[in-house]
Amino acid sequence: MSTETRTIEELATQEYKYGFVTDVEADTVPRGLNEDTIRQISARKGEPEWLLEWRLRSYRTWLTLRDPDWANVKHDPIDYQDIIYYSAPRRPKTLKSLDEMDPEIRKTFEKLGIPVEEQKALAGVAVDAVFDSVSVATTFKGKLAELGIIFCSFSDAVREHPELVRQYLGSVVPYSDNFYAALNSAVFSDGSFCYVPKGVRCPMELSTYFRINAQNTGQFERTLIVADEGARVSYLEGCTAPMRDENQLHAAVVELVALEGATIKYSTVQNWYPGDKNGKGGIFNFVTKRGHCRGANSKITWTQVETGSAITWKYPSCILQGDNSVGEFYSVAVTNNYQQADTGTKMIHLGKNTRSTIVSKGISAGHGQNTYRGMVKIGKNASNARNYSQCDSLLIGDQCGAHTFPYIEVKNTSSQMEHEASTSKIGEDQIFYCRQRGLSTEDAVNMIVSGFCKEVFRELPMEFAVEAQKLLGVSLEGSVG
Amino acid sequence: MLEIKNLRARVGNKEILKGIDLVVKTGEVHAVMGPNGSGKSTLAGVLAGRAEYEVIEGSVTYDGHDLLALEPEERAREGIFLAFQYPVEIPGVNNAYFLKAALNAVRKHRGEPELDAMEFMALIRGKMKLLDMDQALMSRPINEGFSGGEKKRNEIFQMAVLEPTLAILDETDSGLDIDALKVVANGVNALRSPERSAIVVTHYQRLLNYIVPDYVHVLSEGRIVRSGGKELALELEDKGYGWIETALERA
Ligand SMILES: Nc1ncnc2c1ncn2[C@@H]1O[C@H](COP(=O)(O)OP(=O)(O)OP(=O)(O)O)[C@@H](O)[C@H]1O
Ligand SMILES: [Mg+2]
Repeated sequence: MSTETRTIEELATQEYKYGFVTDVEADTVPRGLNEDTIRQISARKGEPEWLLEWRLRSYRTWLTLRDPDWANVKHDPIDYQDIIYYSAPRRPKTLKSLDEMDPEIRKTFEKLGIPVEEQKALAGVAVDAVFDSVSVATTFKGKLAELGIIFCSFSDAVREHPELVRQYLGSVVPYSDNFYAALNSAVFSDGSFCYVPKGVRCPMELSTYFRINAQNTGQFERTLIVADEGARVSYLEGCTAPMRDENQLHAAVVELVALEGATIKYSTVQNWYPGDKNGKGGIFNFVTKRGHCRGANSKITWTQVETGSAITWKYPSCILQGDNSVGEFYSVAVTNNYQQADTGTKMIHLGKNTRSTIVSKGISAGHGQNTYRGMVKIGKNASNARNYSQCDSLLIGDQCGAHTFPYIEVKNTSSQMEHEASTSKIGEDQIFYCRQRGLSTEDAVNMIVSGFCKEVFRELPMEFAVEAQKLLGVSLEGSVG
Repeated sequence: MLEIKNLRARVGNKEILKGIDLVVKTGEVHAVMGPNGSGKSTLAGVLAGRAEYEVIEGSVTYDGHDLLALEPEERAREGIFLAFQYPVEIPGVNNAYFLKAALNAVRKHRGEPELDAMEFMALIRGKMKLLDMDQALMSRPINEGFSGGEKKRNEIFQMAVLEPTLAILDETDSGLDIDALKVVANGVNALRSPERSAIVVTHYQRLLNYIVPDYVHVLSEGRIVRSGGKELALELEDKGYGWIETALERA
């Protein structure tokens, strides 16, 4: 058994070892899903009537939809009546110091270069005065508030800024969009909300400070980011530390709205539990992410590094409605062991002179299956629209697979499309060459893989890029030699 | 420094090295010549630890240790360097970045402090001059799109930076124009010292005018069939390998 698998298994048992507080039951709605469950969720969160109505409409729509079956992934049917849709965040028991933490987990954290204070927080060690996340968060929030930037949990936003939430919720991803989006809209637990007012440039990467606090948002996360005219914001989601969750199904919805001249950069590094070496367990990550370049000259960039999850089903997309608007998608998806990923993007060109760029890097190792599914649509009014797509696959070993499904629909003849694709294998010769120069096999693989992903890593904020690179190394550990 | 005894190696079921004996002492340069397919690259590969070659008999001692027991990267860190006959391309990996990682792996093994980017750049500047390396090649991916000659020069450049104790050059001269040949020979000669040795595989006497060997060996069908001083190379150039083979048959 490789160290990596062992680490993950240790991690798997870890939460169990911590144990949970016993009075959890009091704050949990009964298993299963019906209108009553939804009323209960909404009531517990103290939501306004309009939101409850919206949830109920979503639920009724969901009942009419079916699980999508077109994705290139396989899994047993999910029993939606066997899920608990609401429970208050569970708090693991705190440890007195890092010495009490499992040494294997510590090793993983160290390999990933996670700062000690952050390690403590992740491991549930009581934090000391040096790292008082509450006070950091408070100064941070103060600074944002001065600029009029709203950045808070989704529930807080519903309470404090209902008019904004009501205006934009579901305006990019309607609840009827797809099966998982409908489910999320009916039962979403919490998530993040961000509003950047006209002409304001958000001075910091959002959410870096909140990585730890924001974790307990549950399996049906909801994120809404609105950049008003001329505003700019960069948002980071996820965490490189291996994340284990007892909920197998995760169905998040992320909506981005960019008004005239606004820029939104959304970066994700996701490392959900991928299941064991034989493909057992692991998170199903079925996410709907979409950005709407609503105004002219707006820009939305999605950058993702996906190494985790047993199954990933995810297509961060852009609707390029404003003239001259720009959509970008940069993705690295890794599948090792028995992981499956079906991911890609949709670029929907509606406005004139709209441009989109797609760079997808799929890495498959072990028995991993990696599918790129992309759609570029050029509407009839989208004169001079341009798209550039590049889909590269890297195979490690000979039992994995890479698949590419690019779909194109063009209704305006003045548009230009360019598509490049490649598949390559890490060769024994390349690894031997590196080893002959003194590098270990592991370092050689890391270096070759990082080289392969360079164009995507370049798009990530600096410190995130470094972490992502290390994460890739850890995810592929033991896949060669 | 290096002692090869009755070395036999195969690929699959095919025996390629059929009993090689060779001793390379510290400070010596040995040339290995021989017809195509005689096993020269195989010998180089076995010394560097290429997995596809299976050693079936014999031993190789390096600095008093069993070389064959070491992993390829351990051999490299112990100072064995192979300039490849066919250097591979590694897309996306920056040449300078790669070399820095390699150098630091070696330095770490030697207990020396690792170099940061600034120190590394200072170090390679001189070596680039020595090998007349184009700065642009440093920031390109390893060997990707390099011309044949540029690849060979890059190998010797890496060698100059890594300063190995035993350098094995596998036909580094093939594909080099005459000016490049001199530059590469300079690079090799600059490393010559009483502490370092080299095995130079070549088909041409020409290279040996610039890198003058202490010994010349002729490999044929997996055996060293003749050894001598630098004159042997001249004789070979003159008479071809057929001369040795007939001489052998007569003996
Ligand atoms: N991986 C391999 N599989 C099959 N045969 C091999 C392999 N490697 C080497 N050989 C064979 O072993 C023999 C010796 O090859 P080697 O490359 O050592 O020759 P060489 O002396 O370096 O030749 P050249 O001067 O052409 O470079 C050749 O017949 C070659 O075809
Ligand atoms: Mg050869």
